[in-house]
Amino acid sequence: METVKLTIDNKHIEVPKGTTILQAAKQAGINIPSLCYMNLPHLDQEHKPGSCRVCLVEIPGKRTLVPACVIKCTEGMEVLTHSMRALNARRTVVELLLSDHPKDCLICPSSGNCELQKLSITMGIREISTVEHAAVSTYRKDASPALLRDMDKCVMCRSCETVCNEIQTVGALSAINRGFMAVVAPAFEQDLTDSPCTFCGQCVAVCPTGALTAVDNTSHVMRALADPNKYVVVQTAPAVRVALGEEFGYQPGTPVTGKMVAALRALGFNKVYDTDFAADLTIMEEGSELLDRITRYLNGDKSVRLPILTSCCPAWVNFFETNYPDMLDVPSTARSPQQMFGSIAKTYMADKLGVKRENMVVVSVMPCIAKKYECQREEFKVDGDPDVDYSLTTRELAHLIKIGNIDFQSLKDEDYDRHMGESTGAAVIFGATGGVIEAAARTAYELFTGKKLEKVDFEELRGLEGIRTATVDFNGTPIHIGIAHTLGNARKLLDGIKQGMYNFHAIEIMACPGGCIGGAGQPLHRGTDVALKARMAALYKEDFNMPIRKSHENSEIIELYEKFLGKPLSEKSHKLLHTHYFSHPKQ
Amino acid sequence: MYKMQLLVCGGTGCRASASAKIVEKLNESLKAHGLDEDAQVVTTGCFGFCEKGPIVKVIPDNTFYTEVQPEDAEEIVAEHILKGRKVGRLLYENPETQEHVSDSKHMGFYQKQMRIALKNCGVIDPENIDEYIARDGYSALAQVISDLTPQQAIDLLKQSGLRGRGGAGFPTGLKWEITSKFTSDQKYVVCNADEGDPGAFMDRSILEGDPNAVIEAMAICGYCIGANKGLIYIRAEYPLAIRRLRIAIQQARDYGLLGDNILGTDFSFDMELRYGAGAFVCGEETALIASMEGNRGEPRVKPPFPAEDGYLHKPTVVNNVETFANVPVIFLKGPEWFSSIGTEKSKGTKVFALAGKINNVGLIEVPMGITLREIIYEIGGGIKNGKKFKAVQTGGPSGGCLTEKHLDTPIDFDSLVAAGSMMGSGGMIVMDEDDCMVSIAKFYLEFIVEESCGKCTPCRVGNKRMLEILEKICKGKGSMEDLDHLRNFANVIKDTALCGLGQTSPNPVLSTLDNFYDEYLAHVKDKKCYAKKCKDLATYTIIPEVCTGCTVCAKNCPVEAITGERRQPHFINQDKCIRCGVCYTKCKFNAILVQ
Amino acid sequence: MTKIKSLDELRKRKEQLEHRMEIRDKSDHPESLVQIKVAMATCGIASGARTVMNALVEKIKKEKVPAIVTQTGCMGYCYAEPTVEVKKPGQDPIVFSYVDVKKAEEIIDKYILNNELLDGILPANYQTI
Repeated sequence: METVKLTIDNKHIEVPKGTTILQAAKQAGINIPSLCYMNLPHLDQEHKPGSCRVCLVEIPGKRTLVPACVIKCTEGMEVLTHSMRALNARRTVVELLLSDHPKDCLICPSSGNCELQKLSITMGIREISTVEHAAVSTYRKDASPALLRDMDKCVMCRSCETVCNEIQTVGALSAINRGFMAVVAPAFEQDLTDSPCTFCGQCVAVCPTGALTAVDNTSHVMRALADPNKYVVVQTAPAVRVALGEEFGYQPGTPVTGKMVAALRALGFNKVYDTDFAADLTIMEEGSELLDRITRYLNGDKSVRLPILTSCCPAWVNFFETNYPDMLDVPSTARSPQQMFGSIAKTYMADKLGVKRENMVVVSVMPCIAKKYECQREEFKVDGDPDVDYSLTTRELAHLIKIGNIDFQSLKDEDYDRHMGESTGAAVIFGATGGVIEAAARTAYELFTGKKLEKVDFEELRGLEGIRTATVDFNGTPIHIGIAHTLGNARKLLDGIKQGMYNFHAIEIMACPGGCIGGAGQPLHRGTDVALKARMAALYKEDFNMPIRKSHENSEIIELYEKFLGKPLSEKSHKLLHTHYFSHPKQ
Repeated sequence: MYKMQLLVCGGTGCRASASAKIVEKLNESLKAHGLDEDAQVVTTGCFGFCEKGPIVKVIPDNTFYTEVQPEDAEEIVAEHILKGRKVGRLLYENPETQEHVSDSKHMGFYQKQMRIALKNCGVIDPENIDEYIARDGYSALAQVISDLTPQQAIDLLKQSGLRGRGGAGFPTGLKWEITSKFTSDQKYVVCNADEGDPGAFMDRSILEGDPNAVIEAMAICGYCIGANKGLIYIRAEYPLAIRRLRIAIQQARDYGLLGDNILGTDFSFDMELRYGAGAFVCGEETALIASMEGNRGEPRVKPPFPAEDGYLHKPTVVNNVETFANVPVIFLKGPEWFSSIGTEKSKGTKVFALAGKINNVGLIEVPMGITLREIIYEIGGGIKNGKKFKAVQTGGPSGGCLTEKHLDTPIDFDSLVAAGSMMGSGGMIVMDEDDCMVSIAKFYLEFIVEESCGKCTPCRVGNKRMLEILEKICKGKGSMEDLDHLRNFANVIKDTALCGLGQTSPNPVLSTLDNFYDEYLAHVKDKKCYAKKCKDLATYTIIPEVCTGCTVCAKNCPVEAITGERRQPHFINQDKCIRCGVCYTKCKFNAILVQ
Repeated sequence: MTKIKSLDELRKRKEQLEHRMEIRDKSDHPESLVQIKVAMATCGIASGARTVMNALVEKIKKEKVPAIVTQTGCMGYCYAEPTVEVKKPGQDPIVFSYVDVKKAEEIIDKYILNNELLDGILPANYQTI
């Protein structure tokens, strides 16, 4: 490899040609502060607009300072990262950013997790040299059911724009207006709700400040818990258990399922259930639907729409409703596990517990922001009462536990409650990209072939590759499977199908990078995929250690069908567990 | 066979003053006198002497009529064309001698000028390619593509010493050479016609007066760098220039001077127009490219430069209109001829839009190395109303203010930068003793704050903060600490802004701080604006000896700050006075003193 | 419009078109040219000055004479119309009287091109300013 030699702060280093000053400095143990720079190596996306001007360094002889995140090292280059000139410029730039930023750090949702705050702390800024009453750019607040925009806190790093446009190809956010009034907003300054936004929340995950945050439902949940007339049940999604620990000092990928259940009980939830149970139920319905379509197709029914698309991910549902209104009959009609859970909880379970529907509150803990929107959709309400009342993110649950004065680390492991608490390895892996389709394959194989599946692990469906394809052998019948995570990859896959590039029977799509483990409701790790990989490994390890690893072998699921639903795709199933989609093309 | 021609300026300025109507009336009168076969009316591009527009020039006797109205057409035809008597009252009057000057050759405004980029402006009909061809048009392109290799042509251009006229003065030949070295399946030639400096109209005039020169130069550039596609990014606010470019492009296509296999060679080149929405920042080349690509018009970090990574990520040359307008002549007359004009490092001429407190406002083209004194006093005819010269602002909103001490500096790209300003695209605004330099700096900063794209922090927030400090100073509330902050902000923005516009945006502040620091001090320490421009710093008092006690001032004062008995001297209560100036304008006896 | 297909064709086209611009190019440096002024007041026009002027313009074009023809007002020689004033560079102007088409051509052939004087020269009796 071709290399170049240079000095940074008088340290001699040699780096591969094409390395930026920022990367080279890091290798030399020099941390140049930055703000707008964002590297998402697992998504092959390096966002470096060079616009915040925090990472400026001096190259003696150059007319101006240069941004270390963009400028590449050249042979013999001399870089000074803390010359007086660079230091004064950097401090002035950060002061300028602070001068146009609300000073309500103490009560900001991003306090403690804010890159601007960190810069100010690191640089020891104690005063901001501007005129008194210096103008602060303001913009109206925009509250959607899932995301909040407080553009007063925007530092114009434009990371959200890159994520929304380049990675997700949603195109809901872009810079508008000029100069001091420049701001990131939906086209025509619409509200997010009216924009093509899918509420995937990946913009929230990359926002360095409190400009983009998730709706906070913790107070609603606390109020419900304190209400003696309410029977509050909670469900926890698969991806939450391998990430929640990060908020309490555990290494990423440490499963904390038992402690989480204990904490929820300590918080006063009447029942602690598992969304994994609903994931197994999803496999029963969606798997049966898949089988039905494939069987009809193989028998020569040309009216069958294939490939079948998964429908667990609410952001993905929003995405295809907006972008592919001509394909509304293609995805599976199965509701997402969150909604299946809510529906069953407020019927089957309420009956079993002797609780009236109106007294039952269903809370979900999700790695996701879009779930907050999903549970508010009209079709998931019965006479105005939602099947799932409140959806919390992993981060909100951590707050709730802290507010509840619970010492998480010292908790003893506990188990989920019966009847909606048992789950299989197949459900656990729902949290990772490829997991849903693998779980479906395990069940569909046995139902299709009538034979026992010996090798449960479909390694070919796993990984972090953006688009993956595999062919699974159903005892002589090849089943072609496609997997995409991030909406940009979903678009590529769907457009490829439309152009006849692919021929699939089933496709799994997740909006977030890595699937739900990379959801926007998870503990935040900007610009690294280490946590993502650890969480993924943890999920597959959980699966491996489970006694039952196929959804249709879940005894509580079997019981549910025997006592309540009848069989998959029954009339009752259709009413409670399936849905339909709406065309709402925007812009 | 026409024996005489009447050239009527059809530039935007003169058209705004009804020059189209003049053409119509002249034609009517010629017909009425049966002279329509002897004399021809030709609409041309700008003559540059916009101060005295609309201009009608009669040739061959070179009579230069100024401020012509449509109703003057009949007299011009009946007297001058028919009877050969010049219409004296429409001739230019020498401001010093008060004598009529009939021949433009003898007008001070033209004597020091040297027209290369503007050589056809005001001479040919821009909507008729034949007139361009008759003046050697497209001969340079023909010679280059028939007789020279791209490298030979680039070498000639490099020898000429031509530097970009858009602002930074990058050597044009070098830019073409660098772009030619990158291999790509597609390259582009882009003409930057997004002229955004307030008061600047050099590019507009060239495009309106001689569109073919730019088209020909772009084709030459295409040949040199290996591009077959040209794009002109032009402000949508230039409808006339757009119309004439469209006509010129179509005529060039009809003649086969654009399109496939030009003049029977292997070289093919065609072009199209792209319209800008008028954002100042889109004059910056990377912002311009982003805008052409349909993205938000904002700059990106360079390198990579457009020569490597330009329009649609292909190698692209971006040159300004005036730069292109110089190119054909260089090939026709040779690089030695061109490099014999100007200074050591800045060759040729520069077009300036002369404006402000000056007698001859207009468009001028002068050789590099001319002094500001020559421009202001000889071409510009001196300061209006005999006032004292104070400063001249060059380089548009991001240029600097130069003073008396710079008047005799030969001006070129480098000397202007050394003096704390820049060539920019060629705006030149003259200020006199009545101008407050703090207010001037504030004015330019207001423009920058308005036009900043908002991408980088220093320009988005820093300029706003500087503006706030200047506003505070102009209100008489500034402190010495504010001046320190102001200078620090200005220096940091210069050092840290992302693009050239941001980096130069503090120039008006820095140059006025350097050259007029005493005015800042007067505002900050004495709370005085000696130019009496900062309303908040003025004190209004009544001179008792002059006051007649007519009570008009007291009646008009909106805050009842003026008291006094009828027929007795009045008095202004300074605590109540809001310095609105109404008393001053209402007093018929000049009894109000403003300090 | 026909396409121009080569450098030669472009040159030919330019030559054809040049005359259009000649009048404007010449006006750029009139002092170096022969200036011919035809008196075109009412008396002149009535005596045929327009025909004379046309003839002069045609002839100049044909012979490629470095001259410009302009019209002027009454020179005061109403008795001798049409009158034509010719001023060669660096010389005093000479006024010819009773000019007709034939004489106009003679003025060019003999006086302008060969410096021969002709009959009918009017004495200069005024100073121009």
